[in-house]
Amino acid sequence: MLLEKYPEEVKQILSKYPPEGKRSAVMPLLYLAQREEGYLTKSAMQDVAKIVGITETDVAALVGFYTLFHDKKDGKYRMQVCTDLPCALRGADKFLEELCGNLGIKVGETTEDGFITVEAVTCLAGCDKAPMFQTQGPDGIKYHENMTVDRTLELISVLRKSGREVK
Amino acid sequence: MAHLLLRQREIPDISELDIYKKNDGFAAFKNAVTKMSPAQVTDVVKNSGLRGRGGAGFPTGMKWAFIDNKNWPHYVVANADESEPGTFKDREIMEGNPFQFLEGLAIASYAVGANVAYVYLRGEFWQLAAFLDEKIAEMEAAGLLGDKLFGGEYSLRIHTHLGAGAYICGEETALLESLEGKRGQPRVRPPFPPAFGLYGKPTVINNVETFANVPLILLKGADWYKSMGTADSAGVKVFSLSGRVRKPGNYELPFGTTFRDLIYTHGGGVQDSRSVKAIMAAGASSSLILVDNDKVLDTPMDYASVRALGADLGSASVIVIDDTVSMDWLVNKTVHFFRHESCGKCTPCREGTYWMSTIIERIHGGEGTTGDVDLLLNVAKQMQGKCLCALGEFSTMAVVSGIERFPQDFRKAVTPAPPLYAMQNAEGADAERV
Ligand SMILES: Cc1cc2nc3c(=O)[nH]c(=O)nc-3n(C[C@H](O)[C@H](O)[C@H](O)COP(=O)(O)O)c2cc1C
Ligand code: SF4
Ligand code: FES
Repeated sequence: MLLEKYPEEVKQILSKYPPEGKRSAVMPLLYLAQREEGYLTKSAMQDVAKIVGITETDVAALVGFYTLFHDKKDGKYRMQVCTDLPCALRGADKFLEELCGNLGIKVGETTEDGFITVEAVTCLAGCDKAPMFQTQGPDGIKYHENMTVDRTLELISVLRKSGREVK
Repeated sequence: MAHLLLRQREIPDISELDIYKKNDGFAAFKNAVTKMSPAQVTDVVKNSGLRGRGGAGFPTGMKWAFIDNKNWPHYVVANADESEPGTFKDREIMEGNPFQFLEGLAIASYAVGANVAYVYLRGEFWQLAAFLDEKIAEMEAAGLLGDKLFGGEYSLRIHTHLGAGAYICGEETALLESLEGKRGQPRVRPPFPPAFGLYGKPTVINNVETFANVPLILLKGADWYKSMGTADSAGVKVFSLSGRVRKPGNYELPFGTTFRDLIYTHGGGVQDSRSVKAIMAAGASSSLILVDNDKVLDTPMDYASVRALGADLGSASVIVIDDTVSMDWLVNKTVHFFRHESCGKCTPCREGTYWMSTIIERIHGGEGTTGDVDLLLNVAKQMQGKCLCALGEFSTMAVVSGIERFPQDFRKAVTPAPPLYAMQNAEGADAERV
């Protein structure tokens, strides 16, 4: 249960909004609930719904709307490579293709060990530092810019060894 | 000239409170709260000619003056959603010079009588939000935020709030919905946020860069600010330069700087010494500016001059496209972006972006016909003027300008329509080709 597990965090989140705006806490709480598993379970969504006083259906609709919330288990780390126009003008499509080739997966797939899911995403506000991607995982969201395939593979092997992001 | 917004370029540690304070930091906020009335603050900003940096260029002081003083409480929200492809300036401002942005937000809050302000950041700015939280805590500890500031009656708290991956949440009313914990779908306007905003209360929303200008305007005066830039576009702007240039990045320059100066003097010129074929001045939402003679590159970058080219300056996210790029490829990219980001609330945009993406995919994949090019143009034009928010409109910009200004790129990509199809579409421009 979210409230029992993170009482301080929940309290702190709720304190940001006025009483009539309690529902505003729903997205911060979903981030909190998603932290450990990397996706939102049904019971986590129920928890969040209860804390802010809205229905489960409302919560599910939010999870469906926003791309950074996930309702199914994928790789421990998501590697979200930007292939939008400005990055594509600087070689992002080729980078993504080579990366996937090296990992032996297609875009949207997860490596066999369940560690990395590679996705193509829209602009991340790092267009001058392409090729670039963000990792979304247990340590939050981190940017990796001016990347090469070699350095990305290196990052993955460090992550595999340490189980976490070092920076 | 020393930077006014990206001051970290000269003062690397300006993100530290004591360094920022040593460089006149929070003098403007203190002076406003202790010596000026809210209306006086708004007047200075009005007189400076400052226009919003989020894309629409709306006069900032005028927006603040619209706040409804019969309905309380008031809120101020900083738009740090920064999701337009090609835009990455707000991020650098917040990372490098966070206090100047926060001070501008605090001054705006005082000017409109808000005691709570929110910074709405796109979810991807997770690390940046944590960094801003630290900066806000330092301000609280230093007595720059909290109750009864500077021994007076005014109180202010600032909170960060993370979105979760949706371009549409940059649109101000979708942002408010999202901040209220709902799906980010635009509201029908009017009423506008200064009358009906966050939690239904009067709210001012400005872009991060807009706020970052405010402390210096108050310190040095409206006339000083107006002395920079052009008559219709006062002051300095951070231009995000991307695409096929040697040195992409943020360049803070006065309005009225030419495209040539930005691309060649600052951006180091085009990669592989190719020539500029087109420019998008407002990110992926732009019309494509055809660069077929030197005069185009000599256009000053201000709102009016760029409009005269049949485009918009918007957030000044300048994407450089060289002569190796074919526009059917480019339009395929932009249309896919908008199809992905359409919030689905209104039919013309939801259906239109779907059809445009299906057709351009066919064209770009080499399976299109000349009839498809007409059809694509037709769908885009049908959408114009019918969408609930500007996203729908934005999605058609590169399509229409691409086909109209670079017809050869689309002709090359398709096979002629089969005769039967062409006959049925005898009105179509390409019918006579068969
Ligand atoms: C689809 C769409 C996306 C937008 N994205 C942003 C954005 O990321 N950041 C921003 O400041 N304004 C964005 N805007 C403009 C805002 O609606 C609003 O005009 C702006 O935040 C007002 O601030 P300003 O007056 O300081 O520019 C967007 C508008 C639309 C229609
Ligand atoms: S124009 Fe598109 S993004 Fe805007 S409200 Fe309609 S569907 Fe949503
Ligand atoms: S286009 Fe990739 S970060 Fe902007």
